[in-house]
Amino acid sequence: MPKDQGVQATQAGESVEELKAAAIIALDSSESSEQLEAWRVGFLGRKGRLTGLLRGLGSLDIDERKVVGAAANMLRGQLEALYEDRANQSRSSQAPVGSIDISLPGRRPALGGLHPSTQMIREITQAFNEMGFQTIEGPEVELEKYNFDMLNIPANHPARDQWDTIWVDSDTHNDVLLRTHTSPMQARTMEANDPPIRVVVPGKCYRYESTDATHEWHFNQVEGLAVDEGITFADLKGTLYQFARRIFGPQRKVRFRCDFFPFVEPGVDMSIEWNGNWIEILGAGMVHPKVLENAGYDSTKYTGFAFGMGPERISMLRNEITDIRHFFSNDLRFLTQF
Amino acid sequence: MKVPVSWLKEYVDIEMNLDDLAHRLTMAGNEVEDIERTGWIDNVVVGHVKNIAQHPDADRLRLVTVDHGDGEAEVVCGAPNVAEGQKIAYASIGAVLQDAHADEPGKTKKLKRSKIRGIVSEGMVCSVRELGIGDDHDGILVLDDDLAIGTPIGDVLGESVIDIELTPNRPDCLGVVGVARDVSAITGKPLKQPDIEFEATGPDVNTLASVEISDPDLCLRYTATVIQGVKIVPSPKWLQDRLIAIGERPINNLVDITNFVMFELGQPLHAFDYDKVVDHKIIVRRAKLGEKLTTLDDKERKLDTEMLLIADPERGIGIAGVMGGANSEISDSTTNVILESATFEGVNNRRTARSLELASQATLRFEKSLRTGLSEVGLRRATKLIQEIAGGTVASGIIDVYPSKGKEQEHVRLNRTHISRVLGVEFDKSDVESTLSNLGFTLNADADGWDVGIPYWRPDISIPEDLIEEIARIVGYDNIPTTTLAGRPPQWQPQPEMDIRTRVTDALAQAGMREIISYAATTSEGEDRVALPADTASSIKLRNPITADYAVMRRTLREAILETVARNSRTWRGPIALFEAGRVFLDYGEGLPEERQMATGAFAGPRNELHWDASTAPSDFYDAKGAAEAVLEDLGIQATFEPAEDATFAAGRTAVIKVATANNAVIGVVGEVASEIFSKFDAEVETVSMFELDLAAILKVMEGPNGVDSGKFEEFTRLPASHRDLSLIVDTDVTAGQIVDISSRNRIVTSATVFDVFEGKGVPDGKMAVAVRLVYQSPNKTLTADQIGKIEQQILNQLSKELGAELRA
Repeated sequence: MPKDQGVQATQAGESVEELKAAAIIALDSSESSEQLEAWRVGFLGRKGRLTGLLRGLGSLDIDERKVVGAAANMLRGQLEALYEDRANQSRSSQAPVGSIDISLPGRRPALGGLHPSTQMIREITQAFNEMGFQTIEGPEVELEKYNFDMLNIPANHPARDQWDTIWVDSDTHNDVLLRTHTSPMQARTMEANDPPIRVVVPGKCYRYESTDATHEWHFNQVEGLAVDEGITFADLKGTLYQFARRIFGPQRKVRFRCDFFPFVEPGVDMSIEWNGNWIEILGAGMVHPKVLENAGYDSTKYTGFAFGMGPERISMLRNEITDIRHFFSNDLRFLTQF
Repeated sequence: MKVPVSWLKEYVDIEMNLDDLAHRLTMAGNEVEDIERTGWIDNVVVGHVKNIAQHPDADRLRLVTVDHGDGEAEVVCGAPNVAEGQKIAYASIGAVLQDAHADEPGKTKKLKRSKIRGIVSEGMVCSVRELGIGDDHDGILVLDDDLAIGTPIGDVLGESVIDIELTPNRPDCLGVVGVARDVSAITGKPLKQPDIEFEATGPDVNTLASVEISDPDLCLRYTATVIQGVKIVPSPKWLQDRLIAIGERPINNLVDITNFVMFELGQPLHAFDYDKVVDHKIIVRRAKLGEKLTTLDDKERKLDTEMLLIADPERGIGIAGVMGGANSEISDSTTNVILESATFEGVNNRRTARSLELASQATLRFEKSLRTGLSEVGLRRATKLIQEIAGGTVASGIIDVYPSKGKEQEHVRLNRTHISRVLGVEFDKSDVESTLSNLGFTLNADADGWDVGIPYWRPDISIPEDLIEEIARIVGYDNIPTTTLAGRPPQWQPQPEMDIRTRVTDALAQAGMREIISYAATTSEGEDRVALPADTASSIKLRNPITADYAVMRRTLREAILETVARNSRTWRGPIALFEAGRVFLDYGEGLPEERQMATGAFAGPRNELHWDASTAPSDFYDAKGAAEAVLEDLGIQATFEPAEDATFAAGRTAVIKVATANNAVIGVVGEVASEIFSKFDAEVETVSMFELDLAAILKVMEGPNGVDSGKFEEFTRLPASHRDLSLIVDTDVTAGQIVDISSRNRIVTSATVFDVFEGKGVPDGKMAVAVRLVYQSPNKTLTADQIGKIEQQILNQLSKELGAELRA
């Protein structure tokens, strides 16, 4: 089709209807921005066909002039609107000169990432850091003394059944084990420092426990300890509430119930409501006077609280991970989701 | 501990609904894991067998007409014991019953109207198994005659069993009465104690039997009595039902009573056949070297000299608090019994049970160090029930050998200020008193607090904090206020080891690598795959590893990294860039092992994600080196890389990382993993490059006297720098490092960067073209082209002299 067909064809004595039909046909076939501009000049411009038609009105009688004049002006409005639509269409479908394919993927810097356990440990420790707890770490191969004895868990006591232990095989020592919890750092910290104490201790722990979707023999724990004059059970609740708000959101329901751990008295289990069930998040309690005394603290002067939790368990809950064994199998299909 | 609600109700009224009660018990420390409800089945009612006729087409089937209160139904029934006039459990169409023929228990099926040998059966007469209240399926369950027809079966058979996950400090709740006491304290309903009164009309017990304790450290108290003329028969139904409901098998009335009392009060007991005990004399002593005893389960047990034996003058007749001997067992012909209710020392009892692998209900209680007061109560309760159920004459008085009398703690001092000091809230005097006395504590009040008497069933109470927990748990932890920590925050302590690991971890993640955390244990054979140097310290061996795959603690992260690369290479087609920053365990034979922190990373597979404008080339040595360089730059460490040998890595493709300013301390290694090493990992990539940074060595370098980059800001000059490129032809054995070193000697040259290395077309054989960009900058003047030209010529001369380099034409 010739480029300017219709636009340049000027016809004397053209009717409004004829002009409208010609304009619409010509507009439909105008695709490039150049063609559209030619169409606008040809029909709507100062020397265009609509202007020509209006100029020709002078030859008509007054009544006819009114009718045709009104129709021609209405047509101007219609054609202007059609032109705008068409021009918009054209702008969106027609790439400007020098266009590039913006749908091609960008050059992304390689995104590394932290293991989900590390992320959760950092989130937990930071929550406590902001309440004045400093993060510290301790040995994973540990002495029975710190792991059990100083924590009021004597040998051959049924309370030890809560911690099935992997022992180190040694000709010279039979009191070395893989720590079953991060709690030995309670004893170590108090032994090495005077109060006040506020520490949070992340790290790996080990249990002689068969593994399944919810049990691992190798996992992380985050321990916490605060000891000073005047620390109470109400402080324990307040501190852990604050933590739970931070990790699980301000709307989450939290409950504290009585539980037993030999190194605290009273003992606490903190649970949160999750999908209609109460899920235990951490064990806690007021530091047992014997634990204070074993570390050389005056239990009539100082009180404190301690707590411990599993970051993998919290991660499993929040991220709906159904098998704890994913954490240490390091499949990239798992790791890259965090 | 399973607690049938009907049994619990014997001792305390329960008006609360069960779910609420379970919640309150849980909050107070006795976590209810589950409430099992049995016997509550819709569409099953008490029916009356009106008529029985033979099935016309089957010898074994009969047609039973059942009146179910809402009309009559004809049921086809194969049970041999169905009889006219019986009250039975009638299930109408739609009832959901246990599938008696299912392979696994717990499967249910819905009863449908069906034809059996041509006759429609309008329901079913149920067996115990079908009702889900037991295993019996030999016949139908026959109910009591006086039950009203049409009564829902739940009202007759319905039972709810509360399953409590007990904590090890509460052996009192290993008896139903103990749980009832907690319920009583929670709900305020009074506790009804079991009856322990009986009539003793026999001769003085001391004329019938005697007890001697040779090892009073292991037997703290031994109470006993003799009952003559008992009749050993099966227990009455109520007693059997109680035991069945908690999963125990009824044996005979005597044995069942001792079991019942154990589950009621938490005191284990044992009954001996009086006439089989030589001289009717019991001696409690440690076993002798080589002594053996055949226990009730007919197994011969070899005893050691720390095991406590119940003996007569000639032989052992039971392992104390673990299991009785076969030689003195109660049998159908037994007429006289010695009843034992003793307190054995917990640690020893537990040790004996463990070494004999005889975990019994008795040990479950004794190991928790029961108080001696409980034994006498248990003896009296069992005696009362024996007299009632098995008949016989009870001897007068009891035998009570009590070596630890007066040695147990009887009281705890509790000051009111102590309560608020621990809990952070004050309680009314009356609230404290009522809470503790509802739990059975006796209180003697004075101005400051109380002398609290410890009841015989609570061995877990010894300090004021124990009582404070009792108050808090019954009042409810929810009712204790919430405050935030006040007071002094502690002094900050430096944690350099943690800080350096955190910093390296972050730098590697920012460099595009993915952190892994792998198991800290491995096998020696597995670790041998990476060919650690012979002088590596020994590994920590585990006495009881979880599996043979985790027998030793790791001494390197290399194995785990390569294993992880290999495993991922089978499923992951994109770039593999992994690192671990963790501990290795080095045993130097003294004290605890060194837990040394390492950061090890590897690259394998393509360097880039598949992309329209990126190379698909595999990653190589320079990816690993680059990651190490990035970390070291982040730490401000100026490191040098020198060719090195390391058996994990390929010869000629390995560099050791040193710090010149710290006496050339070695802080790591980087290289392409040797193919003979990597081939042991069954990977689906050709090569893997790896770096290892020794974080302990890095820390030493950073903390050392010469330190590293202090982080002090250096003013940069505002004078312009000149960039000039040199294109050199050198022998192929010349290294980029040599060219850069020589070029950088003049202090006006602030950087020298090799930006192209080329061999091949246009370059003579044995030579290569190297392009270097030099940046010239003087700190105090603008260099003229002439000045730069001179320096450049000096550099070229030196390159020519030392390396034979020529300018490329």
